[in-house]
Amino acid sequence: MSQLLAVMFDGVAFGMLLFLISVGLSVTLGMMNFTNLAHGAFAMVGGYVTFALASLAGWPFLATLPVAFLATMAIAAVFERLLFRYIYETGELNQVLFTIGFVFTASATAAYVFGTVHQSVDMPAVLTGFIELGEIKLPSYRLFLVAIALVITVGVVYGLEHTRFGAMVRASVDNQKVARGLGLNVNRIFALTFALGSGLAGLGGALAIEVLGLDPSFGFHILVLVLIVVALGGLGSVWGSFVAALCLGVFDVGGKYFVPELGSFLIYLFMVALLFFRPQGLFGKR
Amino acid sequence: MSTDPHLWLRHKARVSPYEVAFWIAALIVPYVLLPKYLALASQIAIMATFCISLDLILGYAGIISLGHAAFFGIGAYAAGILSARGWGEPLSGLLFAAVVAGLAGWIIGFMIVRVQHLALLMITLGLSFLAVEVANTFDGLTGGADGLLGIDTWKLFGIWKFSIWGHTSYAYALGVSFLIFLLCRRLVHSPFGLTLEAIRENPQRTTAIGVANRRHLQWVFTLSSSIAGIAGAMLAQTTKTVSLESLGFQNSAEIAVMLILGGTGRLYGAIVGTIIFMVARDQLSGMNPKYWYFWIGILLMMVVLFMPRGILGAMQRLAAKMSRS
Repeated sequence: MSQLLAVMFDGVAFGMLLFLISVGLSVTLGMMNFTNLAHGAFAMVGGYVTFALASLAGWPFLATLPVAFLATMAIAAVFERLLFRYIYETGELNQVLFTIGFVFTASATAAYVFGTVHQSVDMPAVLTGFIELGEIKLPSYRLFLVAIALVITVGVVYGLEHTRFGAMVRASVDNQKVARGLGLNVNRIFALTFALGSGLAGLGGALAIEVLGLDPSFGFHILVLVLIVVALGGLGSVWGSFVAALCLGVFDVGGKYFVPELGSFLIYLFMVALLFFRPQGLFGKR
Repeated sequence: MSTDPHLWLRHKARVSPYEVAFWIAALIVPYVLLPKYLALASQIAIMATFCISLDLILGYAGIISLGHAAFFGIGAYAAGILSARGWGEPLSGLLFAAVVAGLAGWIIGFMIVRVQHLALLMITLGLSFLAVEVANTFDGLTGGADGLLGIDTWKLFGIWKFSIWGHTSYAYALGVSFLIFLLCRRLVHSPFGLTLEAIRENPQRTTAIGVANRRHLQWVFTLSSSIAGIAGAMLAQTTKTVSLESLGFQNSAEIAVMLILGGTGRLYGAIVGTIIFMVARDQLSGMNPKYWYFWIGILLMMVVLFMPRGILGAMQRLAAKMSRS
């Protein structure tokens, strides 16, 4: 029983991580219909920022996290203005290929700068042990993950539901044309949302080093999971992404633990079946 | 322009001297000028066949697939397993692979024709991951992560042996891809091919004029899967091994890259894109094995930004501009 709970908790923590990385993509995809497969590459950027600061420059791990967020945000904003904004009107296939090309380039650059080996960072002592709750031993890093993710979820939901900028974002997601007609600068809103979402992905990437490790192909590996979350959750739906990420995390970790011979088979099968019957995802409106 | 659609189709389908020159060059150049590169040349012919199969569904019918390598891999495993179990006759192996991959494509096709946009991308992606997982699970049959070994390809027509020099392999691959190319060329210039383009451009309107969209799309998807399977089978027979990677996302992504590089919806785009990509990869990975992906990525972004219709599309526009001025 306690083992089951421990695995479940592991899954929840993994799901939270996936949510952090994918929530930005869900919102930006819903707004511009910009099929961005490069989102995982920004998670990788955040991971390498933390790795460079913590392992190469000797910063404490926790201090690197805000930098990973801000640096990824800045990098994403630059690339959005330099490259991505030219392909919003070009159709799905070109967007897919352009962003795949971006991931290729980003991952080769990372391989050139940091090498192709699997990297890790040193954790502070606070985050390495276990915390005992009655019979259950919970790894403190996982607890830390869940806590951070919950704080950010509340922040994102508050930001979207109760601020002026959030209202503009929601309007642009719901109906881009009408939002433009009302005088909203959808492109600027999109650029900001894109940067914020990529920043969150970068933070997620930094937090993921301890769980998944970090190497130049991180952007590709995480991409599939991120896309599953976004597609299942429904475009533009924060709660949808939250639920989908949680389910995916629990199923993935639980599946690998209890039925390892099936591998990820069940997840892909479930995704294909669900998307076939509900192409707009669990909570999507369109 | 004539108003009779059949005349118009026939006019579109006429053979240009460039085409004849291209195929003659494809036969002569590798044998005479570049005999060292025959193995690469046969890989190019095989991947070009695969790329043409993707062009049929993506360029003509507008079905964006991120998992077409699944059918390539199914064909490769079908021919490979048949051969490893004792029947290594190459042509019947191709036929077997075409039937198995086509059947898989027909079944998957029921699903593919009913979804669009992101859901379509995700379903094709998911199917290709599923295929890898299935092949990995049944490692008794497929060899799993070690790859399928023990493939023995018999002599072609009982005469020509498949040696490591690739003389037979290239003739075989080029011959099969030429036949498939002819078939596809005939198909896209037929009323069926024209209907596919109409569905791609405006599915509501084709429905309104009485076209059974889904049936058309499912047929072309089946055919395309079957051709992809033939390409996979040729790779299995000529390299005498099949790996899990042949089913995977990387392979699917690369073939889409080749297609967009050359230009979609014109068949020759698939061939030109494959040649450029494969030669570039061969050269770049020879110079710089770790980082060649950097240049492929840059190339891809440049093509999308500056040549959205591919290299052939850009050349066509350039030619049109020059003849006008």
